[in-house]
Amino acid sequence: MNVETVAFMILALLAVVSAVGVIAFKSPVRSAICLAGNFFILGVLYFMMNYDLIGISQILVYTGLIMMLFLFVILLLNLSAPQMLQEKSYIRWWGAFAVAGALGIVVFSQVVMPLEWALSPTSNPELGTTKSVGTALFSNYVYAFEICSILLLVGIVGSILLAKRRG
Amino acid sequence: MQTTTILAQASEISGEDTVWWALLRIGIIVGFLLAVVPGIIWWERRLLSWFQDRIGPNRVGLFGFLQPIADGIKLFLKEEVVPDKVDRLIYMIAPAVALFPAFVILATTPWGPNTLLTPIADVDIGILWVLAISSLGVYGVVLGGWASNNKYSLLGGLRSAAQLVSYELAMGVALYSVALPSGSLRLTEMVQRQFEPLYGIEWLQSWFILTPFGLIAGIIFFICMVAETNRAPFDLPEAESELIAGFHTEYSSMKFAVFFMGEYATMLAFSAIFAVLFFGGWSPVPLNLEYLANLAANNGMGWLSSALTFLLNPWLAPVWFLGKTTLFLTFFIWIRATLPRLRYDQLMAVGWKYLLPIAALNFVVVAIWMMYGWPAMFAAFGLLILVYAMYVAVVRMPRAKKFGPTLTLLDIPANTDQTIEVTKS
Repeated sequence: MNVETVAFMILALLAVVSAVGVIAFKSPVRSAICLAGNFFILGVLYFMMNYDLIGISQILVYTGLIMMLFLFVILLLNLSAPQMLQEKSYIRWWGAFAVAGALGIVVFSQVVMPLEWALSPTSNPELGTTKSVGTALFSNYVYAFEICSILLLVGIVGSILLAKRRG
Repeated sequence: MQTTTILAQASEISGEDTVWWALLRIGIIVGFLLAVVPGIIWWERRLLSWFQDRIGPNRVGLFGFLQPIADGIKLFLKEEVVPDKVDRLIYMIAPAVALFPAFVILATTPWGPNTLLTPIADVDIGILWVLAISSLGVYGVVLGGWASNNKYSLLGGLRSAAQLVSYELAMGVALYSVALPSGSLRLTEMVQRQFEPLYGIEWLQSWFILTPFGLIAGIIFFICMVAETNRAPFDLPEAESELIAGFHTEYSSMKFAVFFMGEYATMLAFSAIFAVLFFGGWSPVPLNLEYLANLAANNGMGWLSSALTFLLNPWLAPVWFLGKTTLFLTFFIWIRATLPRLRYDQLMAVGWKYLLPIAALNFVVVAIWMMYGWPAMFAAFGLLILVYAMYVAVVRMPRAKKFGPTLTLLDIPANTDQTIEVTKS
């Protein structure tokens, strides 16, 4: 067992624990923090697979900005732990367990079983670099990239317009 | 290429990069930060006292140098007061979350030419790492503010969140406009780019701060980094006069000390990054010393040549680097002593209406320079200044005359019971 495997196992455990925390905590702020932590650990996992750019985008965009906005909204609305979210119907409990079990079997058979031979994760170190991503974006996929950016611009302008009209 | 020879000199320590080297690099940075934070606090308190015509702490140890240690011991031994209705888990972890970015943000910053000792990870996303980690800095403040269950703390946290999100954008664009000429996001390569000749003059080094676009980007980056560290004049999250102490009102004892340490460690980290990105990292002066040393040797001035070569010693590189870092820390403190705190609307106006557009235009100018060279860049600069002057002359000035009420005080006698008349014109 090498250092990378140990590091991966620790990070994977943290990721699972934080993901469980998202749904286990009743306080929305705690859930949001768990989600932010989960996003951060996912970013680190990307680093381990040599996908530096994707990993840092994950941390910069999701942990740094999107989760911060989530948290900001939760704080502004001052949401406390709502009693309404308590599930009382036991039939739904069992239904949820059945769905979760089925999902677990699928994940186990498709992801966990092949892990046996995937213990030393390797990938092409050139694939995730800024250079290769940039080259791909501005050569083969330049139209898709530009259309996406226009879509984002429309989204930004639209949100400002809506905010102005209401205020 | 002179940089390669410097690197060759630095390879006195060499070997295969193993996990132990990585741990050593981490140990160097974390140990250094922990060791130097009391020094920064002492430096700030002495400097502030001199700025304010006081003496400052000078009793404990030589020049009061041990004062922060005494304060630290005092803080650690104090009774810890935890308010009743706090969210205990988040209240406990918030100081740790605040300290975390300060310690990891320097992971990609080189201190010297030796790649085995610095930086911790020479990844090709160096600048993005700085941006991403600095954006995590807000979590500690927001969580601390919320968990304290105090309205002043919450307001401080919310202000901090809004402030950091606003200033991060301008900071990012300013950074990209120096990443573009470097052709790399790797901080080590950005330092080496600054060893190249400036304006084609061979004995100068092109520190980015010496180029027009780099100067603008540097000023914007400096303003943003003061805002990101919540330091005066951008210390609205902890504005004493309105919010008591903002997000750390309810924190006492060790937890307050940890918040405090985080703030100073972040200051140091940002000063170091500023030095790396705009002031040539670990080169002592913006002169090509190797070229000058050769020139001196050829002209029979051996002593000058050996002196200049001595300055290039790779073991001295961290000294130059830390010297610059200390200089920028001093700027931080100087600004705090000089400028009053901004109003909230001024803060937002500066971030969104000035810094971000200027940084974006600067980025365009850099792109023009990359494509068409120096003359086109100066032309573009001239054009932008002209457009701004036109804007001020045609749009701003008439509007100011039209809407801006001006108050004129009448001639007031020295002693009078009359009410003072004020006319509005």
